[in-house]
Amino acid sequence: MSVAVPPQAGAAAEGKKQGVSDRAKAERKLGWMLCAPAVFAMLLVTAYPIGYALVLSLQNRDLRFPDEGGFAGLDNYITVLSSGLWWSSLGNTAFIAIVSVAIELVIGMILAMIMHRAIFGRGVVRTAVLVPYGIVTVVAAFAWFYAFDPASGFVNGLPLIDDDKAWFGERWSAMAVIIAAEVWKTTPFMALLLLAGLTTIDEGLYEAARVDGATWWQRFTKITLPLMRPAILVALLFRMLDAFRVFDSIFVMTRGSQDTESISIVGYNQLISRLNLGLGSAVSVLIFLVVLIIAFIFVRGLGTQTPGED
Amino acid sequence: MGERGTKEYTFWTVGLFAVIVAALFPVLWLLMLSFKTPATVGDGSFIPKEWTFENYTTLFEGGLDSPLLRPLINSVAIALIATTIAIILASFTAYAIARLEFPGRRIILGGALAIAMFPPISTVGPLFDMWRALGIYDTYLGLIIPYLTFALPLAIYTLVAFFREIPFELEQAAQVDGATPTQAFRKVIVPLAAPGMFTAAILVFIFCWNDFVFAISLTSSDASRTVPAAIAFFTGESQFTAPTGNIAAAAILVTIPIIVFVLIFQRRIVAGLTSGAVKG
Repeated sequence: MSVAVPPQAGAAAEGKKQGVSDRAKAERKLGWMLCAPAVFAMLLVTAYPIGYALVLSLQNRDLRFPDEGGFAGLDNYITVLSSGLWWSSLGNTAFIAIVSVAIELVIGMILAMIMHRAIFGRGVVRTAVLVPYGIVTVVAAFAWFYAFDPASGFVNGLPLIDDDKAWFGERWSAMAVIIAAEVWKTTPFMALLLLAGLTTIDEGLYEAARVDGATWWQRFTKITLPLMRPAILVALLFRMLDAFRVFDSIFVMTRGSQDTESISIVGYNQLISRLNLGLGSAVSVLIFLVVLIIAFIFVRGLGTQTPGED
Repeated sequence: MGERGTKEYTFWTVGLFAVIVAALFPVLWLLMLSFKTPATVGDGSFIPKEWTFENYTTLFEGGLDSPLLRPLINSVAIALIATTIAIILASFTAYAIARLEFPGRRIILGGALAIAMFPPISTVGPLFDMWRALGIYDTYLGLIIPYLTFALPLAIYTLVAFFREIPFELEQAAQVDGATPTQAFRKVIVPLAAPGMFTAAILVFIFCWNDFVFAISLTSSDASRTVPAAIAFFTGESQFTAPTGNIAAAAILVTIPIIVFVLIFQRRIVAGLTSGAVKG
């Protein structure tokens, strides 16, 4: 031990500048080498395809008519942006995302407080809420679909509900079931993110407020909410972007009929069902831009804080 | 929190039970539905009037040609392979970011976050075209690659959060005590890093297990179709029977691994899900 250390220390002192920069260089190289495979894998299926989508979106490319091709300019974009379908699907997506995230925020906050305050059963309740989080979205969608579908469900048999109500035969009732399924599936995730923020609040603040005679509501609005602002914004950002991708539930429940299409459903139908790569790619690029705009707005709201950065 | 017997205590207790019921009720409903006979599946009752296991057994009739066996094997294999590769690559990256000084760390973390938010549907069309040209459309590889891409940010964030907690001085201490660098890494760092890697692996596996968009877009047959995609394309035994019971049974089967994970690793999953966010 004492034999091994002095030579190193001596060498370091001898050529300090040279040694440090060599070491830093080696560390830099090692760092890049370790990151390279993951960076390559991440770009392979994101940057390259979106670039390719951009190229495809400027062409006439329909796999049903392989002979018709060529440069189309902005025709595909004009077709998409001037269609009622794009705008109504964008409206549907925004509606589903905003309503479900708003409901999730309220229920998620209550859920986080229950998990935070519960003396007993903490483990049980966390295990229970992880079931909706972990369950396959398609499975969750089928559970809700079959519950409401008149051909198999029990919901229409409940009191106060019309026995013959065709939930998926009408736009707003179909939307309501889609939103309910989304909320059930993703509220636990929201609640766990909020719980993480909740546990960082110093209990002493509540004690002090209590001594000063603050009511429950005052403690919530003056202590909990302001201190949880970063956690709430992060949770909202993640869920909002996730909600904008809504696809699985709609695919299972209505396949977009009754005017319930989301932008992802429109993109899928163009690309995979109708095999119109040009038009579908234009939809892909537009979806990408929409997500980019939402992310930008939220990151501005978050300031310089992004999770994981110190 | 109040004492036992106070109003506040009652309030939180009632809330607790309401949450548990709400979280589990839809799964219980699917379970009930999966035990109903074709004759009673439409009767609208919650509890089956006639019980049967047939919805499960018919899923596996005919071995590899059965409706569910092949997709189940595909799901397990694809999720396991993608998870393994993702954790290995993410460990390298997370180790470098947590421990080494080099320019570009912030860009890599920021880029990973951007990819976590990337809309998968935007890549489906180009991938469909590229995979057909490369001959990996409707293969395991064709699904493993996109799963890897979208799982990596999740794995990197989880692992960076865990690796930052590891006291790396211990490694030097072990070397001072006479361990070789390899020994120090294997006997000191690996055991400390293993729980984090395991947690990240669970989250990544759940993510791959869950995917639907890629599974229906980049496959065309049971050669590589995973369970969520297979369920969505189930057809009834004849044109006149809906596959409700079969779908419910398959849905229950695909949920069992998730429930097992959640029961055994509840603490780890919660820690993993919130690790990245707390730091924000």
